[in-house]
Amino acid sequence: MSAAEDIANEPGRGFDRGTANTVLHIDDVHKSFSGLHALSDVDLDVREGETHAIIGPNGAGKSTLLNVCVGRLKPDRGAVVFDGEVLTGKHPHEINQLGVARVFQTPEVFPELSVLENVMVPALSKRDGHFRLNPFKNFFGEKALRDEAENVLESVGLQAQLTDMASVMSRGDKRRLELAMGLIQHPRLLLLDEPTAGMARHDTNATIDLLKKIKEGGMTKVIIEHDMHVVFSLADRISVLAGGRIIAQGTPDEIKENPKVKEAYLGEEQV
Amino acid sequence: MDRKTNLKDWTLFLGFAAVVLCLPIILDPIGANYPDLLQKIAIFGIFAIGFNILFGLTGYLSFGHAAFIGVGSYMSLWSFKLLTMNVLPAIAFSVILAGMFAYLIGFVSLRRSGIYFSILTLAFAQMSYSLAYSVLTPITNGETGLQTRAIRTDPATSLLDGDIRIIDQALGIQEASVPTTHFFGMAMSGYTGFYFCAVLLIICFFIAQRLTNSNFGMMLKAIKSNQNRLNYTGIHTRPYLIAAFVISGMYAGLAGSLMAVTDPIAGAERMQWTASGEVVLMTILGGVGTLVGPVLGAGIIKYAEQKVSSWNEGILDSFFSFLPEGLQHFMSGLGALFVGEGWHTTLGLLFMIIVIFLPGGIMEGIRRIAAVFARKSKSNNTSAAAPQPAE
Repeated sequence: MSAAEDIANEPGRGFDRGTANTVLHIDDVHKSFSGLHALSDVDLDVREGETHAIIGPNGAGKSTLLNVCVGRLKPDRGAVVFDGEVLTGKHPHEINQLGVARVFQTPEVFPELSVLENVMVPALSKRDGHFRLNPFKNFFGEKALRDEAENVLESVGLQAQLTDMASVMSRGDKRRLELAMGLIQHPRLLLLDEPTAGMARHDTNATIDLLKKIKEGGMTKVIIEHDMHVVFSLADRISVLAGGRIIAQGTPDEIKENPKVKEAYLGEEQV
Repeated sequence: MDRKTNLKDWTLFLGFAAVVLCLPIILDPIGANYPDLLQKIAIFGIFAIGFNILFGLTGYLSFGHAAFIGVGSYMSLWSFKLLTMNVLPAIAFSVILAGMFAYLIGFVSLRRSGIYFSILTLAFAQMSYSLAYSVLTPITNGETGLQTRAIRTDPATSLLDGDIRIIDQALGIQEASVPTTHFFGMAMSGYTGFYFCAVLLIICFFIAQRLTNSNFGMMLKAIKSNQNRLNYTGIHTRPYLIAAFVISGMYAGLAGSLMAVTDPIAGAERMQWTASGEVVLMTILGGVGTLVGPVLGAGIIKYAEQKVSSWNEGILDSFFSFLPEGLQHFMSGLGALFVGEGWHTTLGLLFMIIVIFLPGGIMEGIRRIAAVFARKSKSNNTSAAAPQPAE
């Protein structure tokens, strides 16, 4: 029996797997590091097709929560359920193959590969699964994948840098590249950890437009962001984390008016 | 596939094949045109190409590949002793057994990466080396080494001292008192042996080239570049690494088998860690991750090993004979530290120079020189095309 099934069948667990239109259900997740509670009793539902922003001050536990979702960290208690399937205990590659892609806070690309190769690798993973021994299928002969990768790179504005090595790109360009790496997999759930950090305002607005366009395609997104302009431009619903706990959830307007949020994070004058 | 890339690949392959087949002519001016050295260059070229599939593409540095050389050699010898002196079954069994052995070692070692992986592979190889000298003596014949013998007449004679060669006997093949390996009648010694190894080297190069340019090869490069990111991209990296390790081990098994084919004797010293270290030097010297570099590195090291190690103070004396007597003796005395038994010092110095000044190996040096020529020819064209001022 897998670790995920162990957790699901744990006596007395009895967590629900979310409602019919819930894509991601985080159930009573708790995580601590050497006695420091990074996450406490976190419950969260992300609905199909929505853009759900998670905001909170530095050290609130936002990135830890994403790490728990993608299998990088194992929660001390609780579980993460995606589309009815328990993710807790699964390996990162298994979680990705189920349809969950992640864009990292610090750009994580393949520095020694070209921009085009960086995007074609996740496309291959999506098409061929987690392992396929195809030692004589020429990578550069994958015309369909290549065309698709070029289209995605065009949508993020990197069409002029196809043959550039990822190692020589600026931080902002690496972020756009990482976004393209996530988008080409057409995930059911895209987790974005500060996707516009390090970008100039013009690029930030372009990324907002791009993410809005994706929203029209129905992809569900969870976005962690410090830039309130990005959050209020994109989010359908917002959850606010502070001290590892969710202190408020609601629509952008509800969050703006929430006194707990004002006190913990946003500040009176910003809202 | 992109037509330009396709053409480039075929040009490289055909160029490589032509150079390998013409090696006796190319190496003649530097006194390296003799079968023993040519065979070694081809065999170690295969070993280095295979090693590069693991180290060059994935970045996983194994210090235990000599174990597969040993497995290949012993397996071939047993094939010669039990079945036939024809090299075909020997090579096939050696490659398969080396692959199986590589799977076992890879399965355990690839649970770790970096230095821990290297140490684990080193430990496995040293363990194999020790076993060959102790517990496995009935199979390896210990320090004496395993070698082919005449067909035994008395069934009580140990298989180590008398062969049976079932297939050869069934086919009624008559053999000389000292049996020689052959490929359907072609003796595997001298230049025939070299060309046999050369053809296998060319085939191995072709396979490595196809692997490198394949989807599988791209995944291996992505592992080297950022293994963690690849996991989050949905790729289970471990099976890819095991596959690369097994393929690499099979190449080493083939090299070990060819050592037995060209010289039918196998000893445990082939499994010692120094042999594993040697292939690391070859790959780094030629250029890690390149296709031609490891073969070039193998050629240079094997040539230096044969040539520089055969020089002595007398040869150096005659080389420096144009100098005044005192200076001549000083120079030949100094030079003697780097030749003969001291040739490892030369190799060490060469390795240090390459790693410090050309981390990409000799291939990087060639690329840099090519880039200088390309710039020069570009600037010449530009100046020729520039409008001349009116007089």
